[in-house]
Amino acid sequence: MSKLKGQPTLSRRAFLIGSAGTAIAFGFAGTEATADESSPFEPTIWYSIDRSGIVTINITRAEMGQHVGTALARILADELEVDWSNVRILAVDTDPKWGVMITGGSRSVSDGFPLYSRVGAAGRIALIEAGAKLLGASPSNCLARQGAVFAANQSISYGEIIRRGGPARKFTPDELAELPIKEASERRLVGKKADALDIPAKINGTARYGIDASAPDMVYARPKIPPTRNDSVVRSVDDSAAKRIKGYLTSLVLEDPSNTVPGWVVVCATSYPAAIRAADLVKVDWTTGSATEVSEQDILDYGAKQIAASSGGALVVDDPGVDSAFQAARSVLERTYTTGSVLHAQLEPVNALAFEKDGRFEIHTGSQWQSLILPVLAKALQLPQERIIMRTYPMGGGFGRRLDSDYAVPAALAAKAIGKPVKLVLTRPDDMRFDTFRSPSIQTLRLAFDARGKVTAMEHHASAGWPSAIVAPAIMHKTRDGTPYDQDAIDGADHWYSVGAQRVRALSNTLANTSFRPGYLRSVGPGWTNWAVETFMDEAARMAQVDPVIFRVGLLDGAGRNAGGAPNAIGGAKRQAAVLKRAAEKAGWGAVMPKDTGLGVATTFGQDRAMPTWVACVARVHVDRPTGAVTVEKLTIVVDAGTIVHPDGALAQVEGGALWGLSIALHEGTEFVKGQVKDTNFDSYTPLRIGDVPAIDIEIIDSTEAPVGLGEPGTTVVAPAIGNAVFAATGIRLRRLPIRPADVLAALRAR
Amino acid sequence: MTSFHINGRLVIVDAEDDAPLLWVIRDAIGLTGTKFGCGIGMCGACTVHVGGRPTRSCVTPLVSVAGAEITTIEGLEGKHPLQTAWADHQVPQCGYCQSGQIMQAASLIRDFPAPTDEDIDAVMAGNLCRCMAYVRIRNAIKQAAAQARKVAADE
Repeated sequence: MSKLKGQPTLSRRAFLIGSAGTAIAFGFAGTEATADESSPFEPTIWYSIDRSGIVTINITRAEMGQHVGTALARILADELEVDWSNVRILAVDTDPKWGVMITGGSRSVSDGFPLYSRVGAAGRIALIEAGAKLLGASPSNCLARQGAVFAANQSISYGEIIRRGGPARKFTPDELAELPIKEASERRLVGKKADALDIPAKINGTARYGIDASAPDMVYARPKIPPTRNDSVVRSVDDSAAKRIKGYLTSLVLEDPSNTVPGWVVVCATSYPAAIRAADLVKVDWTTGSATEVSEQDILDYGAKQIAASSGGALVVDDPGVDSAFQAARSVLERTYTTGSVLHAQLEPVNALAFEKDGRFEIHTGSQWQSLILPVLAKALQLPQERIIMRTYPMGGGFGRRLDSDYAVPAALAAKAIGKPVKLVLTRPDDMRFDTFRSPSIQTLRLAFDARGKVTAMEHHASAGWPSAIVAPAIMHKTRDGTPYDQDAIDGADHWYSVGAQRVRALSNTLANTSFRPGYLRSVGPGWTNWAVETFMDEAARMAQVDPVIFRVGLLDGAGRNAGGAPNAIGGAKRQAAVLKRAAEKAGWGAVMPKDTGLGVATTFGQDRAMPTWVACVARVHVDRPTGAVTVEKLTIVVDAGTIVHPDGALAQVEGGALWGLSIALHEGTEFVKGQVKDTNFDSYTPLRIGDVPAIDIEIIDSTEAPVGLGEPGTTVVAPAIGNAVFAATGIRLRRLPIRPADVLAALRAR
Repeated sequence: MTSFHINGRLVIVDAEDDAPLLWVIRDAIGLTGTKFGCGIGMCGACTVHVGGRPTRSCVTPLVSVAGAEITTIEGLEGKHPLQTAWADHQVPQCGYCQSGQIMQAASLIRDFPAPTDEDIDAVMAGNLCRCMAYVRIRNAIKQAAAQARKVAADE
């Protein structure tokens, strides 16, 4: 394919022009954008104000649909007291000055709120001081509003203050940390409606994602994905058939010192269609890893053995008296739950453009965790990290897939090998086969009741692949006895129910970890731990012959460690009980349902105990007995996420997250078969489509508590609510996720 | 050599006859608003109009559009009632599927000026939104259709 016109180049000028008018820019701008305007006011690294009063706010969190720049900018602009129309946001490239660059765990707004508030307040204080001086007033008699300082009957705009020399004031980190944050009643932007700044470019086709990046003279590349993720070694490559494809260049056997992509062959061509076709014709002979002998059930069986063994794993919660309580119990409930492999299937297949320029390696790609992949890239390229820069792009879906930016490595290695810019794009089947999919899990839960029917002890044993054990062992938490564990793979099991003596044991499924690359998938562990906990609570309520809402509320008493506390969990379990009761009330809990129709409830605390987002869901479900098909008719969801910064964005996250939960429960799920996932495209991997969307009623509680996350909590609560509703409708109990009609039919027949 | 009109402009492309139209539009012509999602016509991210009909460009060979009139998201120039409705309802999350959603919806409201929920389900079934912004997609389609009907009535 020949070019009709020159490829758009990466010039800063062109990029800025392309982004103008949308109030958002991705990378490339930096200081050059304002270089012709003398000394903007830059009280911290986080933003600047230019001579016309335009505020440019630096965003280090990646945009993947959560409108994160808008939310963070509004926090800052609120404290700075500027007119929102004068605010711009800049998604910055990697630089050590930004600290850790990660976008995950639903943490951006929660973690960003104190910082962006205080740097905004610092600017306001400095501008008031400078403005007061220019107005001949005392700072204490001045106030700032709408980008201007007011004193009695005179005022001066921020732009004019800066034109006349600007504030000289700088703030040390200690001074910043001491600055007070506004009272909630004083907020003018936080909590108020606003259009997201990233949306206009996503409607008119001008948004440029990683897959849209280009460089002069780049070659296009597509990989040959090896038969196993780990330990594949190339024995030989035969590209004789590929040579008849016009535009085919070469097939590179990658040498990867970082061992991120063992056994990769990258097929290069002058156009992407040529790369696709050539790769189909290149024959590679591999020595494979042991995973060719491993399938889904083997991983679950391995986990079952780990659970059956009394030793091993990390005791994440380990109260005294668990064993004695079970020995003394009048009755014990024990159940085992499983979940299957789930693909990210983000709509933009993973890709990266890499090239060397001016002594540096540039990586152009969407990434959720630049700080994790930069040292890996340095090792792969055998370059100091300072000589690698990652250019930032919005992502066509993240969902945790791009926390592991492993796809950047082969692009960089190919560019190094060929000495030209390489644009590596995975086809959909390549992407799915290379996915860091959600590990299968197996969990066994036990509950002890005493003679009066009171819950006295609980055990939760969970085995799954541990994403952090593979890519980020340094961030893993440790138990009191020093045993490391992946908190992301067990969060949720350490719930807020008061159950007496509690034990939570996290088991790293070694067979999963060695057979594929377990990844972080939207909510990670809480996606499976809550399937177990919330199905189990329903079973326990039925056993105790107590209504499932009343049973849960009884255990959400806020006693002991479940009282919660500052900064993020003030109110503790009582807030979870409140959202549960509200959801039940809204959904008409207790009403008589038509035949084969039922209401099911579940409640979770979102992501983790340190940053709980209180969520409850009631699902109304109909079961078609002849086919086993489960139809969700309505989801009623109540969320308490503390202070809401960007209400419409918050609602969008809960809507999308809840439908993700529904999709994982009924529509998605693949299977690991002999080293590979079974499904490799949307013909057989079938996420929810528009006609499958039920009625949805979402209420977000009005609160002034600390803001917590919203990207993931919606996903954690829906699947168990659906499973519990199936029980209410039919009396059958499903303990495996996803829920398949065949399983429903089998269970119906067994009754 | 294959020639066709795209967004009103004549282009002549020197590429293989069976090159997928998607990559011609993105890489040769440089209009990157049209997206690659699956390569088999199952996700709808690559939807463009060929002769006014919504077409999955990832499975459309270049030669088949010789002489055709093609419209991409860029051809709507941000002025289509759907684009206004998409902004009003703050539809996009990641935004990657939205060019395809809008192009598909544009033909939907032309074919069904007053679309029912069933019409929307049927016509939009082929467009996957991985962020699952479906509630807003539906509401925005209804608003745009109403707006288009109002304009038609006024004329």
